Amino acid sequence: MAEVEKVGKTVSEAVEQALADLGIGAEQAQVDVLEEPTRGLFGILGNRMAKVRVRVKETPSRRARTFLEKIFKAMDLSADMDIQEDNGVLSIDIQGEGLGVLIGKRGETLDALQYLVSLSVNKKQEEKYRVLLDVGGYRVRREQTLEDLALRLAEKARQKGRNVILEPMSPHERRIIHTTLQGLEDVYTYSEGEEPYRKIIISPKRHARA
Amino acid sequence: MEELVEVLAKALVDQPDKVEVNMIKGEKAYVIELRVASEDMGKVIGRQGKIARAIRTVVKAAATKQHKKVLVEIV
Repeated sequence: MAEVEKVGKTVSEAVEQALADLGIGAEQAQVDVLEEPTRGLFGILGNRMAKVRVRVKETPSRRARTFLEKIFKAMDLSADMDIQEDNGVLSIDIQGEGLGVLIGKRGETLDALQYLVSLSVNKKQEEKYRVLLDVGGYRVRREQTLEDLALRLAEKARQKGRNVILEPMSPHERRIIHTTLQGLEDVYTYSEGEEPYRKIIISPKRHARA
Repeated sequence: MEELVEVLAKALVDQPDKVEVNMIKGEKAYVIELRVASEDMGKVIGRQGKIARAIRTVVKAAATKQHKKVLVEIV
């Protein structure tokens, strides 16, 4: 954690210098006054300066950012991040060139990274945050793709009157499919198999087949 | 690649100074050995190896970028 100690004539003067050194605003800082200034005899003898320690406050966003920046450096990637903290949810969107490597096959790497970020952000914290990690809006696009796929395959199940088995998907992706088809009258969905090979089956309802 | 394993492991454990990473360059693949304090083993393995799997997935992605095959062993 970044921290500096500064000496100044007054506490506020010392704090100001420390903030400037750290390049942060007062709201991001945690200040400890180590020594109060005292004025000695005739303002000459035994003068003591103010001494403060200023630390960058650890917020979930900051922890996530620091962790991800280290990962990008180790992977030799240059990327920007936008982090939003809202109601216990940390939404991180990563932008940059050549970041497909962070997504992986069907978002496999993205899910793994999201899990690791969530563990690191919530380590030894009382308040737990849910971490949502995205790269260049991949998840939004994928969601749309899955919804389209679900509707198309539901139509196929309906027409052929047969079960349609989807490829294995993560719990998050399965939820999107289930939710998309939930309200439909003539098909229903369920999952089969063990993680990570669990897959959805879209099945026509009986009365629809008759 | 060792750096990546180190960054990931240190962010997960309680005793980051006990994290040791060692890379062995084999002919077909590189093996990265990860050592952590024994109390921290669970922190890098996880229930049913879930954390270890996530670490391997991310490292594998980084390795693909460099066209290498890398195995992460927790020892």
